[in-house]
Order: sequence, then C-alpha cells, then structure tokens
Amino acid sequence: MYVAVKGGEKAIDHAHYLLAKKRRGSTDIPELEVAQIREQMSLAVARVMTEGSLYDEELAALAIKQSAGDLLEAIFLLRAYRTTLPRFTESVPLQTGEMQMERRISATYKDLPGGQLLGPTFDYTHRLLDFTLLAEGQALPEPSQEPLQAEPCPRVLELLEKEGLMRVEKNSQADVPDITREPLDFPTNRTQRLQALARGDEGFMMALAYSTQRGYGRNHPFAGEIRIGFTEVWIEPEELDFAVPLGDIEVTECEMVTQFIGSKTEPAQFTRGYGLAFGYNERKAMSMALVDRALCAGELGEEIISPAQQEEFVLMHCDNVEAAGFVSHLKLPHYVDFQSELELIRKMHAQDEQISEEYSIQEKQA
Amino acid sequence: MISSLENQNRPARAEGYNFAYLDEQTKRMIRRGLLKAVAIPGYQVPFGGREMPLPYGWGTGGIQVTAAVLGEDDVLKVIDQGADDTTNAVSIRRFFSTTAGVQTTERTGEATIIQTRHRIPEAELKKGQIMVFQVPIPEPLRFIEPSETETKTMHALNDYGVMHVKLYEDIAKYGHIATAYAYPVLVDDRYVMDPSPIPKFDNPKLDMSPALMLFGAGREKRLYAVPPYTRVSSLDFDDHPFEVQKWEQSCAICGSDHSYLDEIIVDDQGTRQFVCSDTDYCSQQVARQEKQ
Repeated sequence: MYVAVKGGEKAIDHAHYLLAKKRRGSTDIPELEVAQIREQMSLAVARVMTEGSLYDEELAALAIKQSAGDLLEAIFLLRAYRTTLPRFTESVPLQTGEMQMERRISATYKDLPGGQLLGPTFDYTHRLLDFTLLAEGQALPEPSQEPLQAEPCPRVLELLEKEGLMRVEKNSQADVPDITREPLDFPTNRTQRLQALARGDEGFMMALAYSTQRGYGRNHPFAGEIRIGFTEVWIEPEELDFAVPLGDIEVTECEMVTQFIGSKTEPAQFTRGYGLAFGYNERKAMSMALVDRALCAGELGEEIISPAQQEEFVLMHCDNVEAAGFVSHLKLPHYVDFQSELELIRKMHAQDEQISEEYSIQEKQA
Repeated sequence: MISSLENQNRPARAEGYNFAYLDEQTKRMIRRGLLKAVAIPGYQVPFGGREMPLPYGWGTGGIQVTAAVLGEDDVLKVIDQGADDTTNAVSIRRFFSTTAGVQTTERTGEATIIQTRHRIPEAELKKGQIMVFQVPIPEPLRFIEPSETETKTMHALNDYGVMHVKLYEDIAKYGHIATAYAYPVLVDDRYVMDPSPIPKFDNPKLDMSPALMLFGAGREKRLYAVPPYTRVSSLDFDDHPFEVQKWEQSCAICGSDHSYLDEIIVDDQGTRQFVCSDTDYCSQQVARQEKQ
C-alpha cells in the first residue's frame, strides 16, 4: 500500500551513518590523518584549493578526508565554507616575476635568463607502477646532486613585450569585480572570465583547451612559460598607505603565446593566454591559459565559431560545483512533473488512436 | 504570530553560524533584490547568489530567499512534490531548524513561509503568507534561445514572438500545447515568467493570490516575484484556451477528486493507484471525514 514515500527523516539519518561507515572503511586499518593527506597528496590538495577558491592546505586536506577522496565533493565542502568567510580586502597583484621557483620551463627558447628548471615533474617518468611503494617505509632516493634553486627572474613574455612583438595588456585601473559576489553579466570582461576559469573544472577546461588544438577555435599556442613556486601575497590595509606582506602561497602560472594576424588598428603580433592555479597544478594552468586566449576572440575581432570561444557556453558550464549539483538534482523526486508528462503522453496516444479509428471508418465507407 | 509559550518550544539553534546561515549583509543584498523583484513583477533580478552548503539544483535559490526573509517568529513549512516528508524537504526543513531554530509545521494554514519545489499547496493561501519557489531555470525562453544576451533583449523589448511561435507549433503538431509543467505565464500584462516546474494544474493558483510569491534560482543567480493580488495568466490562444489536468480517478486515501494526484504502482503487474501529491491536504481531508 501507500508506504513507499514515507520515512524520509529516518532514511536520512541512516544514510548519514552508512556514509560515515563507508568513509572510514575497515577499522583494522589505521585512520588517515589530515596531515598525511596534506603532505602526501599535495596535488589533490592543490586541485581542491584551486577549484574551491580558498588557499588553505589544512582545510582542503580535511575536505578530502571528509569526502572519502571524492575531489569534487571536497571542492564543494571548501566552497561552502569559503562563502561564510568575511571579505575584508583584496590583495595587491601577485608579483610572480619575483617568485621563488621550484620549476620553470619555456618551450619557446632553448635557453633564457634564469634558465630552464625541471623541478619535480611527472613529465619524464615512465608510467610504470612502482611496486616498491607497496612496501611501507620507503626511503627517499639519494639526490644525484645538490638541488638547484632558480634565481628570481623576469617572465619570458616580458622579453617579447619589450621587443614590441607581444600585445601589451593594459591595466584598466578599474575596480576588480568579484564573481562570487556579483553574478556574471554578459558580455563579460577578461577579469571576470579569468576568475571563472580559475575556479573552473580542470577536466572541462582541459577538454575545451584540447578542442582548440584540434581545430575548434583555431589558435596555435606555444607554452611561453610555466613557472611553479612560492610568491608573496601583499595587501594594502585601508588605514595604511603602504602594502604589507601577508605570507607566501604556492602557485602555478602559465603564459601561452599565440599568433594574432592583426586588425585594422593593431599590427600582427603575439597574444597571451593566461592561467594561474593554487599549488602545483600544471594541467589546470595550461588548460586555463588556452581557454582564456580562445575567449579573447571577441575582443581581437576573430570569428567566434567554436565552443571554447563562446563565453556564455564556457563560463556558464565550467563550474563543477554548479554542474555537479544540477546533474545530481535529477536524483530528487520528480513525481509531480513526471505525472504531468504521463498524462500528456497518454492524451496524445488517445488522440492518435481516435484519429486512426476515424480514418479506418472513412476508408471502409469509401 | 505564535504565542510566547510556543516560542519556548522552538528548537535550539546551532552555534557558529549567523541566524539562518547567511550573514546579515548577504541577506540585505538578497532583500534589496527581492524588493526590486516585487516592484517589477515577473522581472528576473540578478543577485550575488552565494554558495550554500547544499548542492546547486537542490534548492539553493529557495534556501537563500527563505534565509533572507525568515524571522525568529516565522513558522516554516517545506514541501517537495507537494509532500512534507520527501527527503529533500526533510533536509531543508532540518537546515532551517538547525541554523535558525525556527518553528516548523506541516500544516499549510499554520505556516508563515512555505518553501516549495514543484507544487503550490491545495489549501488556499492567505494574506501575509509567503511562498518561496525553488527554480532550476528561471528563463522561460531558455529552451528556445540558449543565449542570455538574446533573451534579456527579448524581455526588454517585450518581444515574445518566439514563445508564441513555439506554442503555435505545438498546436499545429499535436492539436494542443504540449507543455505539462513549467508552463509559461504572463505576469501583470508585461513579463513572461517561468512559474518554476509546477504542474500547469497549479498555474491558476498564482493568479490574484493573496500570498506573496518569491522565486529564487541559486545556480542561475536570479530572483523574481509575483506580489499579492497580481494578474498571472497562462499563455494560450483564443481558440485554444489554457486548461489544467483532470483525473478520472480520485485519491485512494481521502477520495478527493479535485486535487493533483500522483500515480503509484502498487504491484508487479503494474496496478496503479492515485493519491494526493499534497500530503498535508490529504491528511486534513481524512481527519475531516473521520470527524463527520
């Protein structure tokens, strides 16, 4: 009888209990510590901080633990925490040129001031499972030489800028809009777009970036520079008329160089796509830079034909908290709407039957 | 208003968060948006929608609106699909009893604020009540025109040609308008509005209602409103007037033959039964019958 839809309250309590149990797994295995996640899963922490738009390694690690490793869920947790925090100031623009670098590469110059520094990277590893990691207590391998520290050095694209080959990005001096406080208003400006892309889903962004490489949004990019390291955050409190440093954060910055054939008012030159992510997060920063450049199509007078160039398409769908929420809401009951649809389709069937009956009567009479 | 005795029965409020979760500045921002929405009935007001601790698509817009208008003395009812005991309704009701410590109810008549997903209660609403609708896609023209830039212009120019063409094409193809829920309405003779995915059965309840109707779309960051006693007409044609769903059956529990019915399948043979989607209305009907 009519019992199926009752008991939501109890069901929720049980579900919470079962989730806690599933998250913990077998109690024979020691529980993960937040500090272990922060230290040993730092790339997951970086992704959660970036897309969660909050630089806090400990809370990001906590979110990963609480979400049983579901990074999108962890991002959601961090966002829901972030939204309750007061916003008391904005920082002075980051001086990434003065970054203490752990990695810095350029694909456009073989050698350049500051040099190339591979740093920690998966790039030249062979993707063979390392079964020695199955054994616990693995010691770090001996370093082959003293690790080098790159000296802070100017950014590669500034060199091209000095030569007049790179389109100069002008500082608009305008107030920085905050897309987490003011809804996006189309058409957007680049500041809003970069904010949306910075917190956008890595997978979605990478697929879009990939599509531009395969001809959907013609742009021929070069990785002008990727740098990863620690940079200082400065703020200028209202009561002071000078800036003070707040601390260091680890960021990944990517600048892509792309051709631009010129327009009536501008000569042919290179343009830049910009990507920035918290922590060690190269894939995201590169993808973001490609999508940023694709979205500049309108301002550069390029024809807008591909998904990655359409700001409404990209910006309205890149946020994984929004996307995951709306997709998952299909799990909610839709009895009422479905009932309407049922009624409608039955009505249509009845109509069809009536028509075909009338038709066969007419045929018989003829 | 509730008595001071009942005041003492209010659930304890969780510490660490502001009353009803959102900070006061955010609530003020939302209230300003709501005032604008009330002043321009049916017009979609953009607002700085916040990230909520519930997922987008699960009622974040409605929750923000409720949080913004909720006071300590309010009595809150939350329904999903017309029912108070569906899981998401339970979850949202709990959210407010924890973060705001307000009294909650399942009785439509007792509530000062009713947050809803997909239904308007069967019992007539009263002056002073506020309905809060959860809205997935606020733009009624969205499935005809995907671009916000375009639809914004259409609203501004009062140019609803595409909508009329769509409805006309339905009639040409099927002989009737093939929209069963989220059926578009014209508000105060000016803005075409999505009444949220309520069945078109509920559309007439919006017209000249004494209650204030507030709509919140969290993911899309839009607010809109139908003030009390406002004309709301469902779009139609003179020769194809708007009509609502009817059932041949009546409710298997209370016997009602004029409420919105949900179909439930009761055995492996696909035997169907119909019951009121509005659980409070259904139980009130049963109680009345038992008295008689």
